[in-house]
Amino acid sequence: MRRRPNYLAGVGSLIWLFLIGLPLYVMLVATVQPQSKYSQNGPVSFPRSFTLENYTGAFNSGFGQYFLNTLIVTVCVIGLVLLLVPPLAYAIVRSRSRVTSQIFRLFLLGLAIPAQAVIVPMFYLISKAGLYDNLLGVILPTAAFCLPMSALILSGAMRDISPELFEAMAMDGASPRRMFFQLVVPLSGGGLSTIVVFSALQAWNGFLFPLVLTQSESTKLITLGLYNFQTEHGINIPGLLAAVVLSMVPVLLVYLFARRALVQGLMGVGGK
Amino acid sequence: MTTQMTSTPPAAGNGKTARRRPDGSYVAQVGRPGFAWALPATFFFAVFAIAPLIMVAVLSFMSWNGLGSPQWVGTDNWSRVLDDPVMIKSIWLTLLVTVLGVAIQTPLSILLGVWAAGQQRNRAVLSVIYFIPLLLSSTAVSVLWRALLDPNFGIPAQATWLFGDGNLFGKQASAIGVLAFVATWQFTPFHTLIYQGAARAIPSVLYQAAEIDGAGRYRKFFHITLPQLRNSIVTSMILMIVGGLTTFETVLILTQGGPGTDTTISAYYMYQKAFKSFDFGAAAAIALALVVAATIISLIVVRVSGYDKMRGTMEGLS
Repeated sequence: MRRRPNYLAGVGSLIWLFLIGLPLYVMLVATVQPQSKYSQNGPVSFPRSFTLENYTGAFNSGFGQYFLNTLIVTVCVIGLVLLLVPPLAYAIVRSRSRVTSQIFRLFLLGLAIPAQAVIVPMFYLISKAGLYDNLLGVILPTAAFCLPMSALILSGAMRDISPELFEAMAMDGASPRRMFFQLVVPLSGGGLSTIVVFSALQAWNGFLFPLVLTQSESTKLITLGLYNFQTEHGINIPGLLAAVVLSMVPVLLVYLFARRALVQGLMGVGGK
Repeated sequence: MTTQMTSTPPAAGNGKTARRRPDGSYVAQVGRPGFAWALPATFFFAVFAIAPLIMVAVLSFMSWNGLGSPQWVGTDNWSRVLDDPVMIKSIWLTLLVTVLGVAIQTPLSILLGVWAAGQQRNRAVLSVIYFIPLLLSSTAVSVLWRALLDPNFGIPAQATWLFGDGNLFGKQASAIGVLAFVATWQFTPFHTLIYQGAARAIPSVLYQAAEIDGAGRYRKFFHITLPQLRNSIVTSMILMIVGGLTTFETVLILTQGGPGTDTTISAYYMYQKAFKSFDFGAAAAIALALVVAATIISLIVVRVSGYDKMRGTMEGLS
């Protein structure tokens, strides 16, 4: 089959590359310049002097603590998702109970609930539970809002396990529990890594729950740190952008190693 | 709403497997997990997502300042909110931002997604870069663009021939333009990914048949690719609508609702009502209105597109 290159699409994609790439380039260049030089030369210029003081400055204004807090929240959210979602997805895929299909509908409905819709009662609930300004008060709702998408992704992955394998194990008289641990969990590695990366991203980038449910410096997360930095030192743009870059580093590292898991999983969301 | 769109396909698949073997027979039940396996997650989700959703409906009929106990006030919050000119304005702004988002992002992400679904190596590399905005938090994206568009030190201040006085945040039209642009920058990669996955799944026999019939590139795009992407278009549009109606961080960081109340969209107004004026009853009413609006609009999209009838995209393929 004869193939002509599609120049129009090629040019379009290059324009988009420029739109995505330019801000990222400007950001990186800005962070390695002293603040005074940045103000003089403007954002789109070649850096003539190099410094790392913006990064050390950001770190000294509390970002170390915010990093640690965000890490704790992220790890706990991943833990909760890994504890709750695999049995749920297993039931969704393998159970014949009517209750299970109602439960699945509930989670799909949950996909459409935005965090803003529940933030007022969430504030009430978390305050009443004595978890206001406590990292646990951020972890619980964040994990809950990761469940619908994770259930959808993981049940999709578990459906790909061949039914013959279940039948073979049933012949051997295996219990659902044994099938879960010896068949389902080992064979859904791809789906599991997707939900880990997805929940990690949600937890790391979460903003509204920490904004409303925490208050003090000791429970501040990285996104809130950025927001406060912006409202307080908005004029120090290189310092601010250095903080943005710092907040991205772990995410980019994870992306480097788990790109396939994330992309494949998210692609399936629209395709299936 | 999203139920129909994302849900129905897997649910339908489930029904098929269930029908293959006789239900209720002993053999079919061996080694099948009971619903109890789903209960821990369901309980957790009910407490932290479903219960608050019900509570927001109840709270919208109560007065609460965040400290004491909520008091029943009937429809007082609703009549106050609906009489509030800022609220009415915020509804129009929310709709405007949402429509702009869908109108800009849908064609863009379909084109980029279909392009990226091709096989060449450079596309794979570019896709990796296109994906980056998706990894950044809304906070980081908003802070980044706030800095880049800064009236004094940003790009517009450098390119006054293009941006006039360089203060994009000072006028309503340009401030809304900034919000639409930043949303496009941030979310187009995600929708591109949806279309990329869907475009890869289109059977190549369709294109081969069309080529034998002498169809050109554009005919193939409009007569094969677009119809085959129908389900993904609905999925992606609903996600855009829900996302647009609940835009928040971008407004909080980029414009603070200003100039004046010119970019005060409903979700931001709700946040102000709750956590700045401590009028939690009014905030709950706005939140509930947002959920209802998102549900209705999504149902309309599903109905109009015929998605609920689940017409397969496999027609004409054995």
